[in-house]
Amino acid sequence: MIAFENVGKTYPDGTTAVEDFSLEIASHEAVVLVGTSGSGKTTLLRMINRMVDPSRGRVAIDGEDVAGLDPVRLRRSIGYVMQASGLLPHRSVLDNVTTVPVLRGTSRREARSRALELLETVGLDPALARRYPSQLSGGQQQRVGVARALAADPNILLMDEPFGAVDPIVRADLQQEMLRIQKELHKTIVFVTHDIDEAFLLGDRVVLLRPGGVVAQQGTPQEILAAPADDFVRSFVGADRGTRTLHVEEIEGRRIVVDADGRAAGVLEPPAGGAARA
Amino acid sequence: MTWVLENLDLLGSRLLAHVLQAIPPILLAFVLSLPIAKLIAVRGWLRTSLTAGAGLLYAIPSLPLFIVLPLFLGTSIRSPLNIVVALTIYGLALMVPSASEALRAVSGDTLRAATAQGYAPLQRFWQVELPLAGPALVAGLRVLAVSTVSLVTVGGVLGVPSLGMLFIDGFQRGILEEILSGIVLTVALALLLDLLIVLGARVALPWARTPRRKGARA
Ligand SMILES: Nc1ncnc2c1ncn2[C@@H]1O[C@H](COP(=O)(O)OP(=O)(O)OP(=O)(O)O)[C@@H](O)[C@H]1O
Ligand SMILES: [Mg+2]
Repeated sequence: MIAFENVGKTYPDGTTAVEDFSLEIASHEAVVLVGTSGSGKTTLLRMINRMVDPSRGRVAIDGEDVAGLDPVRLRRSIGYVMQASGLLPHRSVLDNVTTVPVLRGTSRREARSRALELLETVGLDPALARRYPSQLSGGQQQRVGVARALAADPNILLMDEPFGAVDPIVRADLQQEMLRIQKELHKTIVFVTHDIDEAFLLGDRVVLLRPGGVVAQQGTPQEILAAPADDFVRSFVGADRGTRTLHVEEIEGRRIVVDADGRAAGVLEPPAGGAARA
Repeated sequence: MTWVLENLDLLGSRLLAHVLQAIPPILLAFVLSLPIAKLIAVRGWLRTSLTAGAGLLYAIPSLPLFIVLPLFLGTSIRSPLNIVVALTIYGLALMVPSASEALRAVSGDTLRAATAQGYAPLQRFWQVELPLAGPALVAGLRVLAVSTVSLVTVGGVLGVPSLGMLFIDGFQRGILEEILSGIVLTVALALLLDLLIVLGARVALPWARTPRRKGARA
């Protein structure tokens, strides 16, 4: 479990990135922090692995204040994926994936055989293992970034806009991969994005942030969609653009879900165990 | 040509002396420049003062320096040690700004990513920052090597044996072949060192020469 307890961050130049933020994240839960640029998402994420130390309040993992933990060891126990993949350009794909296990003292050979498996887990051809990051596409680099974060089998995975720099098709692919991996591995994930659709897709719980790390609303995607707390949330989730207002039309005996523009969004199935099918 | 053939021994010993005076300052200046450059990068205010200081060092005329140094070092004026020390100073003047620029150019995002993976600070310096600065450091090293090889010749004026002595002696005695051999060997030595550095860099930094594959898809 990760707990933010009234944390705040004021950078040395006087910028207050986070005013007063509290949140509990259960083990095996995927929480998405979503908000506009500069709302303090990265700052909050980095407090978990001590890349940023809070100016006020504390962050605790399983009840233990991270301020009392050795930052280097803490970071080796937490997977971290960032936007531009952050791969080391001078290391092959394989050596990038083995980074953390090797830092933790696992033998290179053992780490490598596990790394090859991981490449498959994230949907990469192991034949790419010998390449350097610059010889991969952006999407492939992100997959390597995910594989690297998983390599030491951490309980916690921090992801800072990991799919922000790839095109929409590749992004959708990576998101599905992420869902599949989470179903298998049940990590505690803190995921940062400014894409609300991505947040709703990947988050068990979504935390919507205003500038200053102020929570505008938090809850499951369903809760947020069902009852947006205010206009900020409503506009952020697109409720007022009509893209999320769907209605049902009956066509040839089937119930079709249609969006505000009249485009078909899907077919409505009766609830499981509900009324008998026609 | 006959002069050359008759004096191969002399050429060989001058060449060797030249190499022995050039290599230590190149290595010393290169190795010492790294921690100094790192210090400059960590302490921002040091940068302006030290890079300016380094520039000033380079402005010290070399001949007077060669003459003054023995007073400090307690060496004789003809000692090759003077040359080594003086050229290390010049080498630092050249290499410190170049190394500090090389370190500064390493992507902050990549370094932060390395920190996030759990590299300890020194580990990160040796295993990430330094290799990534490698190509730019090599560029600096090449200039350092060539400039040092050519500066060693100045010692010839003071009578410290080196290829430089060949042109001094050649001038005084009017032997054209001797002058030319001195010049040709100096240039050849500089080119050879440069080539060795380039080849060494290829082996040490294999990732730096892989062409980017653009337009690939996930
Ligand atoms: N090292 C720093 N020094 C000073 N100010 C900083 C620093 N890092 C971030 N900030 C400021 O803190 C605020 C929050 O930054 P943060 O990076 O946490 O936002 P973010 O939500 O991740 O934004 P984005 O979506 O653009 O990544 C911004 O105003 C930013 O300029
Ligand atoms: Mg950010």
